[in-house]
Amino acid sequence: MNLRATAMSVFLLGLVRLLTGAQARWHGCPPKAEQRIYFANHQSHADLVLIWAALPHELRSITRPIAAKDYWTASNFKRWITTEVFNAVYVERERKGDEDPLQPLINALESGDSLILFPEGTRGHEEDPQPFKSGLYNLAQRFPGVVLVPAWIHNVQRVMPKGEVVPVPVLCSVTFGEPVALGAEEPRADFLKRAREAVIALREV
Amino acid sequence: MGTFLRGLTGNQQVSLLFVLLFGLLFIASGVSVLLSVRERRAGEDESGERELRLRDNQALLRSSWGMALVFWIGWALGEGVAIVLFGFVSFFILREFISLSPTRRGDHRSLVMAFFIVLPLQYALVWTERFNLFTVFIPVYVFLAIPVVSALGNDPQRFLERNAKLQWGIMVCVYGMSHVPALLLLSFPGFVGRTAFLVFFLVLVVQTCMLVQHIASRRMGTPVAPAISESFHWRSWAMGLAAGGLLGALLAGLTPFKPLPALAMALVACVAGSMGHLVMKAIKRDRGVTHWGSAGRSTTGASGLLDRVDALCFAAPVFFHSVRWTFDL
Repeated sequence: MNLRATAMSVFLLGLVRLLTGAQARWHGCPPKAEQRIYFANHQSHADLVLIWAALPHELRSITRPIAAKDYWTASNFKRWITTEVFNAVYVERERKGDEDPLQPLINALESGDSLILFPEGTRGHEEDPQPFKSGLYNLAQRFPGVVLVPAWIHNVQRVMPKGEVVPVPVLCSVTFGEPVALGAEEPRADFLKRAREAVIALREV
Repeated sequence: MGTFLRGLTGNQQVSLLFVLLFGLLFIASGVSVLLSVRERRAGEDESGERELRLRDNQALLRSSWGMALVFWIGWALGEGVAIVLFGFVSFFILREFISLSPTRRGDHRSLVMAFFIVLPLQYALVWTERFNLFTVFIPVYVFLAIPVVSALGNDPQRFLERNAKLQWGIMVCVYGMSHVPALLLLSFPGFVGRTAFLVFFLVLVVQTCMLVQHIASRRMGTPVAPAISESFHWRSWAMGLAAGGLLGALLAGLTPFKPLPALAMALVACVAGSMGHLVMKAIKRDRGVTHWGSAGRSTTGASGLLDRVDALCFAAPVFFHSVRWTFDL
């Protein structure tokens, strides 16, 4: 990480904490440096920044968020901040050709990084998250050793609703829950439903 | 003793005050550490309630340290810094208040205005000592401007309720709090450089009143308004007021008041503070929480700063204006 990126990351952390508190609440598991996939609800582009800020410093450097390629590479600044500061993994939201859209994630997991994933695929505007896409299931099947941690991001949609530029200070928190494991022979739909319920259950904790 | 104190300059008197304050805090922290050590030795047979109370006390102690440090830094670095510090306190308590008052998307612009325009402007008015505008800026101009911005947000649902919440938040967290640093800038004839004592007087008197009221209410019968506060009784309230007023009269030497006016001022501040605390409790109950902080722990991560300073937010404006009118400043 170069100096500018470090400065930016310190500045962003300060800003996010001033505006939202960015509190992490570990409810089902301790913060631990094992290989993990954090999966969370998705309501705003700020989700990525918030969960990044909520992780403790030691985990932040080994945890890479997934960023939608079309949005986060739209300008030079967004591209710079996602690669240099967040160390993000880009995914295509639309399948192009016959390339597996999960390939970048698989590469990251193979090299030992943890991931932050939003399995809804897009931002939801309802109370409850949308049904999860199958990417989480495929990754869980392929990497049985990686711990799957559900997370609920609270309040962040109030900080910056769609179409607004100036964020408003509202306290936000990220609740991390008990890890979910893929059962042997568990069907895909059941697992995705169970994972989604694990995320929703954290709202009330 | 009295002549020695009177012989000191204003600055030396304030320094002495801080030495006393931090000394007391050191003792309290020491006692708390000893207690927690004993607790650990006693093992786990003593169940939750005691530990909970201990933790509550420790939180109170921590926030007292925080407040004392804020006051000290504010005094040591001058009024400008004090104003900025109180501005940040306002920001944090307004953030807590807004986090627990559900807003809709249409409120976004009004919220931006409250945090980034109204709040800094109010403190800028304190800084520049425009006390006339400072007094009416929020109750008149902001009161009218906020609903306009909300109306332009094109969302009629629960319009009045949402605006009322925002108005209340600004009134308590910004308007009320900004009167504390404003006290520093009042210029009494013959009381130059010692206005920090006024702030100290206000805080100490109000906090004593709240504390006595809280302790006195422990073994009392049915509260006045049980749905709102389980600890509010007229009798404990009167005891709190008596304690606050008495302390005020004793501290008269620190202030520009004579003992009797000091008693009256302390009573005014205590009535406003304790009643304000009750009102804030009603608002919390409306939101379905008992502490801004505990709700924070379960949903938002708030620290519960507002719980500690809400009495001050109500007492400060009333105190400020009574002082100004009495002395015709």
